[in-house]
Amino acid sequence: MNKYRIPENLAISDSGFLFLASTGETFSVNEIGKEILKGIQLHKTDEEIINDLLNDYDIDKQSLQKDFDDFILQLQKNNLALL
Amino acid sequence: MNIAVTGLNATDNPGPGVPVIRSIKESKEFNGKIIGLVYDSLEPGIYMENLATKCYQIPYPSSGLTHFYDRLELIHEKEKIDLIIPTLDSELYAFIKLEDQLNRLGIKTFLPTIEQLNIRGKDKLFNFCKDNGIKVPRNVLVNSVQELQKLPDDFDFPLVVKGIFYDAQIVNNIEEAVSAFQKLSYKWGFPIIIQEHVAGDEFNVVALGNGKGSLTGAVAMRKLYITEKGKGWAGVTINEKKLFEISRLVIEKTKWQSGMELEFIKSKNDNEYYLLEINPRFPAWVYLATAAGQNLPYALIKLAQGEKVEPFENFTAGTIFVRSSWDLITNIKTFEKISTLGEL
Repeated sequence: MNKYRIPENLAISDSGFLFLASTGETFSVNEIGKEILKGIQLHKTDEEIINDLLNDYDIDKQSLQKDFDDFILQLQKNNLALL
Repeated sequence: MNIAVTGLNATDNPGPGVPVIRSIKESKEFNGKIIGLVYDSLEPGIYMENLATKCYQIPYPSSGLTHFYDRLELIHEKEKIDLIIPTLDSELYAFIKLEDQLNRLGIKTFLPTIEQLNIRGKDKLFNFCKDNGIKVPRNVLVNSVQELQKLPDDFDFPLVVKGIFYDAQIVNNIEEAVSAFQKLSYKWGFPIIIQEHVAGDEFNVVALGNGKGSLTGAVAMRKLYITEKGKGWAGVTINEKKLFEISRLVIEKTKWQSGMELEFIKSKNDNEYYLLEINPRFPAWVYLATAAGQNLPYALIKLAQGEKVEPFENFTAGTIFVRSSWDLITNIKTFEKISTLGEL
């Protein structure tokens, strides 16, 4: 069980546009990416976020877990999520 | 208050005069005239509406300090200048040398000393940074092709060949280095700086020092679009503590009195900020700082007037500038006036 956190300099808009104020980098995430980031912002664990998504979307846990891990990896690579 | 500003060359290699004036005029406290001092009758700032109240052509400082001073004195007789803000690197030595004479006329300036100006010179920056624990790419100064061919063994290509005042070229082998050396030394003289190339993203800081070692304000920017000449054509303000720590240290150690621009690169290898250059004046993107909440040109005016200025504490990160190209239209009579009378 992991709990990530969002860097303090990251601004997340309603449209899923991300601005990292420490580097000036910008990113876009889709609806599900936004929900994951929102979960992280609410200090939820990865399990809690995955369970929320399983409730909302018609997807099996294994596929979701794989996509979730990929997405978190991308976030970490770009300093958008910290452990 | 009548303020004279140079550098109205808002061209593809823009001078900072236009954004400095724009910032001053935007201050609610400002009440007075702006006098544009131009070197060329085609400097675009001359033709911008509502920018300068009046523009005067001045000779290049290289034509002789007496000649340069006489022209300033003549303009002062007509316009009663309270403060001159030079914005171009190439004229700073002249203005610093004339500081006392200008003061006697009643014209204030807010400039670094010659010694401070030299500390940040391209040939001295490495030692300054080393002495103060600031990361900087290694460099060697060379005065001949023979010296260039005897670079230290651990200086690997690509390298950056830099002119003493302007211009830089990335070179990938000794043949390219020799060609760049010849081109830049012919244009700018000696020594030529051979610098390690640090790959990474470019970041810049505009800062204002109060002359007593304190930072009055600073805004950091990441270039979003860079022209072929290496000029930032779009940028976004960012909030990165490390950049401000280094900038504060530079201002503190140099006791810098004026605006400055610090150019950094964040190394892809070690994620550290390397200080590449310190430009001894506001950059052409200084209006971005004003738009983000720090009107540094107007703060400079207050400091020059001897007023106490509280340091700026924050600014809005995420403020973006996008430079544009816009054709100004004038007529031959207007051009004739500035070309023949030297004023408009």
